[in-house]
Amino acid sequence: MSENKDKNDSRRDFISKGLKLGLLTAIGGAAVAKSLESEEMVELMDTDGNLIQVPVTKIEEHSSLKGDDYNPREGFPNKKFVMVIDLARCKNAKQCIKSCNKNHFVTGDNAWIKVYKMQDNEESSPYWMPNLCQHCDKPACVKVCPVDATFKRRDGIVLIDNERCIGCRFCMAACPYSVRVFNWSEPEQGEMTEVTMTMEHGDQMDHNAGYTPDYAGFPSVRGTVDKCDFCPHMIDQKLLPHCVSACPNGVYFFGDLYEDTVTNGDETFQLSKLLKDNAGYRLMEDLGTAPSVYYLPPKDRQVDFEDGLKNYTEFESVEKTKES
Amino acid sequence: MKSFEELTNDLAPRKFGLYGKLWIGFLVVIILAAVYAYYLQATKGLEITGMRDYALWGIYISNFVFFVAISLVGSLVTAILRLSGVKWATPLTRISEIIAVAAIIMGGLTIIIDMGRPERIYNLFLHGRLQSPIVWDVIVISTYLVISLLLLYFPLLPDLQILRRKFKDNKKLSKWYGKFSLNWDGNYYQRSIYKWSIRTLSVLIIPVAFGIHTVTAWLFATTYRPGWDSSNFGPYFIAGAFVAGAGGVISLMYVLRRTHNLKDYITDFHFDKMGKLLVLLCLIYLYFNVNEYLVPAYKTTEKEAAHLNALFFGEEALLFWTVIIGGLILPVIFLLFKRMRKPFPLFIIGLVVVIGAWWKRFIIVTPTLLHPFLPIQGVPESWHHYRPTHLEWLITWGTLAGAMLIVTLLVRYVPIIPIHETAEENNIIEPRNTDNNEK
Repeated sequence: MSENKDKNDSRRDFISKGLKLGLLTAIGGAAVAKSLESEEMVELMDTDGNLIQVPVTKIEEHSSLKGDDYNPREGFPNKKFVMVIDLARCKNAKQCIKSCNKNHFVTGDNAWIKVYKMQDNEESSPYWMPNLCQHCDKPACVKVCPVDATFKRRDGIVLIDNERCIGCRFCMAACPYSVRVFNWSEPEQGEMTEVTMTMEHGDQMDHNAGYTPDYAGFPSVRGTVDKCDFCPHMIDQKLLPHCVSACPNGVYFFGDLYEDTVTNGDETFQLSKLLKDNAGYRLMEDLGTAPSVYYLPPKDRQVDFEDGLKNYTEFESVEKTKES
Repeated sequence: MKSFEELTNDLAPRKFGLYGKLWIGFLVVIILAAVYAYYLQATKGLEITGMRDYALWGIYISNFVFFVAISLVGSLVTAILRLSGVKWATPLTRISEIIAVAAIIMGGLTIIIDMGRPERIYNLFLHGRLQSPIVWDVIVISTYLVISLLLLYFPLLPDLQILRRKFKDNKKLSKWYGKFSLNWDGNYYQRSIYKWSIRTLSVLIIPVAFGIHTVTAWLFATTYRPGWDSSNFGPYFIAGAFVAGAGGVISLMYVLRRTHNLKDYITDFHFDKMGKLLVLLCLIYLYFNVNEYLVPAYKTTEKEAAHLNALFFGEEALLFWTVIIGGLILPVIFLLFKRMRKPFPLFIIGLVVVIGAWWKRFIIVTPTLLHPFLPIQGVPESWHHYRPTHLEWLITWGTLAGAMLIVTLLVRYVPIIPIHETAEENNIIEPRNTDNNEK
């Protein structure tokens, strides 16, 4: 109920203020600008795909997606992030895993993204299925967390405040997608890594300074839970999440539900049409978790399943670096 | 019929003998070793355990469930039997209340041991969220602890006064008994409050006891996982809890009867009754087990099948069948024979039932976690199984030893059999005014 209301509210907000320019260039590729003579008007496309005229003066430029009163527990205003994973394109190249591990400094034995070798039954063909946090709209993990350490934001992202997490692991038991990982030991992200992290992302990375849960999971904290964070730090820089941009086969599409567009960096699609045309589905729909990640079935394959086998490591998802 | 003096002589707590001291030393050694193991865990993290991202809960959690389960016996014997007017259970009320208190304290501690960041436990109060079953558990367990303590303490008041008089030569001990007896002198007013409080607590503790174990069951049943996703889980856990508790009381009453020479108070009759009660409880629990396993086994949905196969025929089969047959079915069959309800054989059976009950919790917790919805891939081979480490076992043993130490210390200072109630029920009159030299 309240979820729907929020959605409607923010939609109305969106239109009434005039569609803001300066959306993610990659994500919001639907905006078409055109000047008029007298009162300068701009033609923009609204969420239903209609072209509307908006006076230029009503348009504000936003340098950051965060807005003025940004709250890490509320998220980016007027956004609802979604991901589409096209199984027809995945051949287990594992560049997503590599990039995610590297950029989130994943040092344990369980990566945040994994590519599963799947076969639904003996008759149907096998396929590769990337699996990451589904950022559910009705997240079981959030429901059971006793201290509100893991939380759902208005922009759809589920994050973890690892300064608050008490390490009870109930969220891991509750998650049907097995995407949560635990820091069983001191995460050895290394001193240099810490410096790099602070240099790249500023004080938010420093647990002693201005840490916010926006940067979920890094630096990791012993005895707390980590998982895929949908890369809010990349979104903020108007960039795509690491897995999306790293994938050589364009498997991952990322975008905003309100704008109804998703992109993998090269191609941009209208989300609703893409899902309709390809019979997109979500994992374990019957559980009612309402994930934000959609899958397109592995039909009309553009890749050979066998190609992925050489990359397949049943017992490893985080490459061990050879440093001492 | 014994005189009051004989009665107090028989039932008053006494100093430990050599075996008592050795036993305490043994427990303390285990506890100290466990404290050291926990120190390692606190500094290095939970990596010292056999738990990993799939087997994310292990023997700490199953041990916690065991403690909560066995603590329910306090409500069974002291409340349910008391309220239903079962007079023979009077000598067993204190034993079960002692078990309840010891188990629930160690249960609470065990859940903290399992936490990744135990020092942040205050977050439960700062940021606690009512929709989390863990918060429900915290609320009901602390309530249960308080009621159990009161239900142990209130019936003790007259006994403590009796002990104050009895140990009047030992000034210090006598003074403490006097203090804790809250100036009990058995006047009409005190007696009516006393009776009323015990009755109220006995009524109160039943829903709270059902509450703690139902909520503990819900920690599992509120998830989607095959093997836990069951509406049967609350009553199933409660039925199992009474089995564990009855086994615990039987074992402890045998030991105390030997060490404290209580043959006149805990008689063969009590063992016979408890044996029959255990049969009933085992049968009820078996009934819930049939529901719990056979219905999903009939349907064999893909996910349930994977889990049940591991239990029935696979990796966990040996443990599963040992527990079901050895810990439930065989005890029922044996206990049908009168000879087996004699103290010693019943003691052995009670012990087996308790050990079976411990492992039953293990079977409920971990195998489910190892059969998630999505395949286990991309993690080390060892993560596909759960093998508790030595340190993990040591810490778990430490908690069990802790519970036994609490029992032992309580037995040292409070009468195992309620003196006052026994005297009343047998119409033994306490000689009045033997001393009134205090105050």
